[in-house]
Amino acid sequence: MSSFTKAFSSTLGKKLIMGLTGLFLALFLVVHLIGNLQLFKDDGGKAFNEYSYFMTHFMPIKIISYLLYASIVLHAVYALILTLGNKKARTVGYAQYNGAANSTWSSRNMGILGTILLIFIVIHMKTFWAEYHWGGLPYIKYETNLSDASDVKVTPLPYEGKQLVHSQYVDTQNGTEVVVAKDLYKIVNEAFSQPWYVALYVLSMIAMGFHLYHGFQSGFQTLGFDHSKYKPLIDFLGLWVFSIIIPALFAAMPLYFLFK
Amino acid sequence: MSSGNMNLTLKVWRQKNASDKGEFVTYKADSISPDMSFLEMLDVVNERLTKKGQDPIHFDHDCREGICGMCSLYINGRPHGPKRAITTCQLHMRSFKDGETITIEPWRATAFPVIKDLAVDRSAFDRIQQAGGYVSVNTGGVPDANEIPIPKVIADEAFNSATCIQCGACVAACKNASASLFVSAKISQLALLPQGQPERYRRAQAMVAQMDAEGFGSCTNTGACEIECPKEISLTNINRMRRDYFGAKFFKEEEIN
Amino acid sequence: MILDSKIPEGPLAEKWSKHKFNLKLVNPANKRKYTVIVIGSGLAGSSAAASLAELGYNVKVFCFQDSPRRAHSIAAQGGINAAKNYRNDGDSVYRLFYDTIKGGDYRAREANVHRLAEESVNIIDQCVAQGVPFAREYGGLLDNRSFGGSQVSRTFYARGQTGQQLLLGAYSALNRQINAGTVKMYNRHEMLDVVVVDGKAQGVITRNLISGEIESHAGHAVLLCTGGYGNVFYLSTNAMGSNTTAIWRAHKKGAFFGNPCYTQIHPTCIPVSGDHQSKLTLMSESLRNDGRVWVPKTQAMAEQIRKGQLKASDVKEEDRDYFLERKYPSFGNLVPRDVASRNAKEAFDDGRGVGGSGKAVYLDFSDAIRRLGKAAIEAKYGNLFDMYYQITDENPYEQPMRIYPAVHYTMGGLWVDYNLMTTIPGLYALGECNFSDHGANRLGASALMQGLADGYFVIPYTLGDYLAGIGPKPVDTTHPAFAEAKKGVEDRINKLLSLKGTKTVDEYHRELGNIMWEYCGMARNEEGLTKAIGLIQDLKKDFWQNAIVLGANEELNMSLEKANRVADFIELGELMVRDALHRRESCGGHFREESQTEEGEALRNDDEFAYVAAWQFVGEDQPEQLHKEALVYENVKLTQRSYK
Ligand SMILES: Cc1cc2nc3c(=O)[nH]c(=O)nc-3n(C[C@H](O)[C@H](O)[C@H](O)COP(=O)(O)OP(=O)(O)OC[C@H]3O[C@@H](n4cnc5c(N)ncnc54)[C@H](O)[C@@H]3O)c2cc1C
Ligand code: SF4
Ligand code: FES
Repeated sequence: MSSFTKAFSSTLGKKLIMGLTGLFLALFLVVHLIGNLQLFKDDGGKAFNEYSYFMTHFMPIKIISYLLYASIVLHAVYALILTLGNKKARTVGYAQYNGAANSTWSSRNMGILGTILLIFIVIHMKTFWAEYHWGGLPYIKYETNLSDASDVKVTPLPYEGKQLVHSQYVDTQNGTEVVVAKDLYKIVNEAFSQPWYVALYVLSMIAMGFHLYHGFQSGFQTLGFDHSKYKPLIDFLGLWVFSIIIPALFAAMPLYFLFK
Repeated sequence: MSSGNMNLTLKVWRQKNASDKGEFVTYKADSISPDMSFLEMLDVVNERLTKKGQDPIHFDHDCREGICGMCSLYINGRPHGPKRAITTCQLHMRSFKDGETITIEPWRATAFPVIKDLAVDRSAFDRIQQAGGYVSVNTGGVPDANEIPIPKVIADEAFNSATCIQCGACVAACKNASASLFVSAKISQLALLPQGQPERYRRAQAMVAQMDAEGFGSCTNTGACEIECPKEISLTNINRMRRDYFGAKFFKEEEIN
Repeated sequence: MILDSKIPEGPLAEKWSKHKFNLKLVNPANKRKYTVIVIGSGLAGSSAAASLAELGYNVKVFCFQDSPRRAHSIAAQGGINAAKNYRNDGDSVYRLFYDTIKGGDYRAREANVHRLAEESVNIIDQCVAQGVPFAREYGGLLDNRSFGGSQVSRTFYARGQTGQQLLLGAYSALNRQINAGTVKMYNRHEMLDVVVVDGKAQGVITRNLISGEIESHAGHAVLLCTGGYGNVFYLSTNAMGSNTTAIWRAHKKGAFFGNPCYTQIHPTCIPVSGDHQSKLTLMSESLRNDGRVWVPKTQAMAEQIRKGQLKASDVKEEDRDYFLERKYPSFGNLVPRDVASRNAKEAFDDGRGVGGSGKAVYLDFSDAIRRLGKAAIEAKYGNLFDMYYQITDENPYEQPMRIYPAVHYTMGGLWVDYNLMTTIPGLYALGECNFSDHGANRLGASALMQGLADGYFVIPYTLGDYLAGIGPKPVDTTHPAFAEAKKGVEDRINKLLSLKGTKTVDEYHRELGNIMWEYCGMARNEEGLTKAIGLIQDLKKDFWQNAIVLGANEELNMSLEKANRVADFIELGELMVRDALHRRESCGGHFREESQTEEGEALRNDDEFAYVAAWQFVGEDQPEQLHKEALVYENVKLTQRSYK
């Protein structure tokens, strides 16, 4: 066994994989959130649909997205491996266990929270990502007046059994910039008009908040990072940014569409 | 016979030996004085059992002043009972209410098999230290003690790690039965001191490998160990262990098997 | 039999180095052919085992706890002395030697004590090299403090847990050898007999405390490092498991017992809170630097306090008797342990004790708090105050602490010669279990020093001499002496297990403790001691008929373990009383009422008693035979201690 294999098969190493993938996923959330903020723009989904195209077609980002999928899988698989190992480390449990006295609820329930998130991710990716890639998505055409950016003509191009092609050009005749894009915005809008789907989202975001409340700072510890001067900053970010603001903004999106 | 005015009910784990299945047995502990230590309360119960010809409740203990690390009871869902920064033997009955039911269990971890009743085998901890928890110096022929100045802050930090009494409450408290706090305290003490530098990375690798071989769980940073540790050993140690371990595995050329 | 102490010839300061040169060496290639058995893993045992294994011997180590690190040395708080003179305050090997001889009230061997002082400096070097985190100053160098009334600062310390840190150092050295395969460790094993083959110690019989298996182990030499026997008093600062069994069995096999009655009683312990008390907790002696000891002037007032009608803080200044300051104006509250203890007991005997039982005196910090501020006191003693509060539920910042003396250390133990060998060839005793270098009273911070000196720096030399002498011929357990010893152990266990009487072993132990404390404690007299012999003999008879011992041998059985130990304590108790009875002088830790000055202070009798009393076991229920090793003082002048 090489040093690396040995390192990664130790309890510390397995947890290192969890930490690295977890932090990477947390970082991705920030990017994902910033992009998704386009949803709040009242532009018929133009910015959002353009962003969706960019994210799926820009090479570096594509590579990162594969890393992302791998991270999700690794994070889940190693969570399972570690959990099974930890179960083996205590086969007879306590009759009375007062975990609340010494640890946060989040830290004791990462597995459950993680499972909720995994289910959520599957549903989420099925609804949007899979649909975007392979589903028969309608297209939408935006014609922006070059001399007045606020004058946009929007023409939905419903799916008729054949994928259209994404295009972007300047129509010199009409003096417009034309964008033809997959209309993911529409899918979002439809999905988020269903109350059960919104509820699932909101609940999952709460779970994510709790997961990250422990996970974000824990990830740093798992890498061995711990410094009396920076730890408070990490704890602060973990609490405010990752377990409150980010989940809250993500949860606000479906609510926004539901009540729009 | 000593007496007091507390009447308690004890739910105690009884197990004849390692292969016995074991079960909870309920005992009345009447006329208990709040000034008794928890172990003295058990002494009283045992005296009464003995008089009735019943096998006394076995538990580990020795110094009864919080330093040998031998006492190890899991009381009402927490190692060493409800108070912070003390061992079982330092817990007094005034921390309980008259009429209370107290559940007493042994440390639970696959690496700490039950020997009898509440006594468990913690020799895994010894083996982890045998794997590398030392500075390789022979007796004699060492430099004068003042030849190596050590900054006070470093010495104090090393000392904090060195106060671990090897009780195993960290393992008992951890939902994963991880021994990280203990192992990292041992690694840290020597990692911080100049004397420990020559073998620093070798030690971290060897001790972590042994920790894993003993079947302890993996640390998920719940922090339960730090809260329950009678010596308040800090989680920082665990992170230091990780740095040394990863540093060794990924960046040092010396290989430990 | 003439006791040969084997003290080397020559000037005091050269004896040890000359002796080391004269000792025979074992050929390095032969060392692995020798097996050395070490009983005990405290400072003495761990340091000896590790050092011998490093030299190449095969070592087997036994301890009754679940890990060698739990040996009772772990509990030492205060510190360890060494004549490093890092403070430039006039310390030297000679001064440490002198202080120890004087502190021991001139009842220790000069040569041994000088060797101890010489080696003290090496101990600190060794421990620091192992990574023992002694206290340091801001400059990064080692800190020292003055301890137990010493005039120089020579005590090295590690917060309030010097014992744990030193033991962890020795334990780590031991672990290294276990890892190297040179030491085989047997945890949860109790030694129950020494096996003597052709007059030489050649093995031990042990009981595996988990399986009950009675095992025989052969070795070329046996080192007993089993600690003190203070638990003969039932209540003491020793750990619950501390016992006399190993040395007592060795004694019955022929090892003489030196000065059994020499017991140290420590003045600052937390008082007994009730009959349920199982052990006593020591509070560091350093408290006497700032605390003032007092009791009320009148019995009536003490009575009111005991009944809870009067609070200590409400007793007016003029109604308080600061008895140490009054009687010993120059030393005041810092008089040596024995003097402080005895005076506390006198206050109790006089009906002026405080606390529920009256068995306590006050240690008051209110003056110091007023003078230095609460913060300063907290910085100095915070952890001790917390500990006190934990145990008693009383806040020592507001009410004075209650303290009372408790048995703490036994200076007596197996008699050994200069090489640490007992009267059985091949059987050695190290650390607190030998009769040691502390005479009739041990100075604070010197037991740790002795244990480590014995283990690291004395036995590696002296044992080699013996082993080279007997040669590396193999030893095994086939000799009939092993079977015989094993049978003796089994018979005794069966006999104990057959006891199905009405009294618990703890009850016997408590009763023995009461007898010992009452008649063989700080103050002793002819009448009481004579009475005690009878009481103990009755207790012994009763024990073997009426005790309850439950369970079987083939399991973890604390009932059996205790019974086994208490039975030995009872026999030892009788010997202690006999030793105390014969020593008609006040010396060191104890006060013989028939031997006092006109002012009521201890009066030593050097003409008649300047010797080591070494007792020989001659048969069950027979008075033991006394042998005397005269103590010769060539370098120090014997003076009467005075702290006025
Ligand atoms: C509370 C307290 C505080 C103290 N503070 C100080 C201090 O500040 N400075 C100082 O110098 N001294 C101090 N002392 C004294 C000092 O700690 C001891 O004298 C010393 O540590 C004894 O060491 P040891 O190695 O001889 O024995 P111990 O450490 O007692 O070890 C005995 C060993 O023998 C084993 N053993 C015993 N019987 C058997 C048996 N039958 N079979 C197998 N194994 C057996 C035990 O398992 C143990 O491993 C203190 C003592 C106490 C009680
Ligand atoms: S780290 Fe704390 S809880 Fe764990 S063994 Fe050490 S002292 Fe006990
Ligand atoms: S019995 Fe020693 S720490 Fe509790």
